[in-house]
Amino acid sequence: MLRVRVIPCLQLRDGALVKTVQFKKPAYIGDPVNTVRIFNELEVDELAFVDIEASRLGREPNWALLREITDECFMPLSYGGGVASLATAERLFNMGFEKVIINSATLTTPGLIAEIARVFGTQAVIAAIDVRTNWLGRAQTASHSGTRTGDMTPDRWAAALEAEGAGEILLTSIDREGTWRGFDVRLTASVTAAVRVPVIAHGGCGTLAHMAEVVQQGGASAVAVGSLVVYQGQGLGVLVNFPERDELARRLGGAA
Amino acid sequence: MITIVDYGMGNLGSILNMLKKIGATGQISSDAAVIGAATKLILPGVGAFDAAMERIQQSGLRPVLDARALEARVPVLGICLGMQLLGESSEEGVLPGLGWLPAKVLDFRRRIPSELKVPHMGWNLVRTATASPLTAGLAEMQEPRFYFVHSYFMQCQEPSDSILRTTYGLEFDSGVQRGNIFGVQFHPEKSHRFGMHLLSNFAKV
Repeated sequence: MLRVRVIPCLQLRDGALVKTVQFKKPAYIGDPVNTVRIFNELEVDELAFVDIEASRLGREPNWALLREITDECFMPLSYGGGVASLATAERLFNMGFEKVIINSATLTTPGLIAEIARVFGTQAVIAAIDVRTNWLGRAQTASHSGTRTGDMTPDRWAAALEAEGAGEILLTSIDREGTWRGFDVRLTASVTAAVRVPVIAHGGCGTLAHMAEVVQQGGASAVAVGSLVVYQGQGLGVLVNFPERDELARRLGGAA
Repeated sequence: MITIVDYGMGNLGSILNMLKKIGATGQISSDAAVIGAATKLILPGVGAFDAAMERIQQSGLRPVLDARALEARVPVLGICLGMQLLGESSEEGVLPGLGWLPAKVLDFRRRIPSELKVPHMGWNLVRTATASPLTAGLAEMQEPRFYFVHSYFMQCQEPSDSILRTTYGLEFDSGVQRGNIFGVQFHPEKSHRFGMHLLSNFAKV
């Protein structure tokens, strides 16, 4: 049975691990390499790293830090933040990441997803879609750490990115991110219905029940989690943790 | 020394990282002289079947690889697409494979229910079939599992060549061995201690 993947999504800023709430107020969590060691020992399914400033500030990835991470980790790894060229993606793949996460560059460098997919395969490209609800209550896509707004609805945007060559969609609800309120199931369902590639739901996970809900009702193939795995609980201190494997299997099941 | 064949398709860094971690010596090479003298080979691969076969032909490595695998009979481990290349053909392309193993590579999409996503991506369990030095001790580990990413799967013609089986909509060969030729569909270099165990076994073959 194929297990539903539960992916810690770790935010990097200035070489430190942080956690935001609705893409704001980054709180210091700890040293990324130490944290990664703990997740490695906990045998998590997969890890995603996102540098939350690189694209907005036009920075390159923090290569020294990423090298330390890939020397430690023997699980699928993805990286996003400042991946704006084929050369940057290639350097990440050579280092030991198997997927790159691309959001801002889909706007600033049209064709980049197609180019990476052609050379490295569609499974190597995760297209990130950040979504915020505007004052009219409409779901709007965003980029550059949420500072710029796109004009397509999330489902149409997802279909366009799939057509370009994205092998997975990382769908983040900015409104829910860091809030522990649960995933935006409706948003997730609208996107999973529009594409055939796996969708990773992200933003708001506070309990295992939230994961089960977005998988069963939203059609998500995988879930990305942040606060849940770096805090002891809502409003409590830092504690790197991961749900028990058997408990996850019981709650989430999988595809045969 | 394990030589990882660099023919321009694949995530070679992570395989080398894991060889280091398990204390095996490895090197990445695209040089026919180095590969021609190798005593153990890993054939990696990510991407499309025909593109990989074209690269192997164009790189001039084909005769050297055939000689190592079929005449010198050094242990060869194909990983992911590298395993599929060991077979005779693939529904993904029109070019023949290396043909070192009587097996065909088939398309999931034509054979499994449409509600199952393709690629088969994520962690799945393996069951041991024919005993092999590559999988020694694996069955004693609790729920041996590996990380898979693939849209096509291998089906051996000789059931005795199948050493691991996995289920995704149907049962397929996730590990194969025929003499000195080994292959795994999953990514051992991305599969925690299960992958370390398997690659340590290969280092000892």
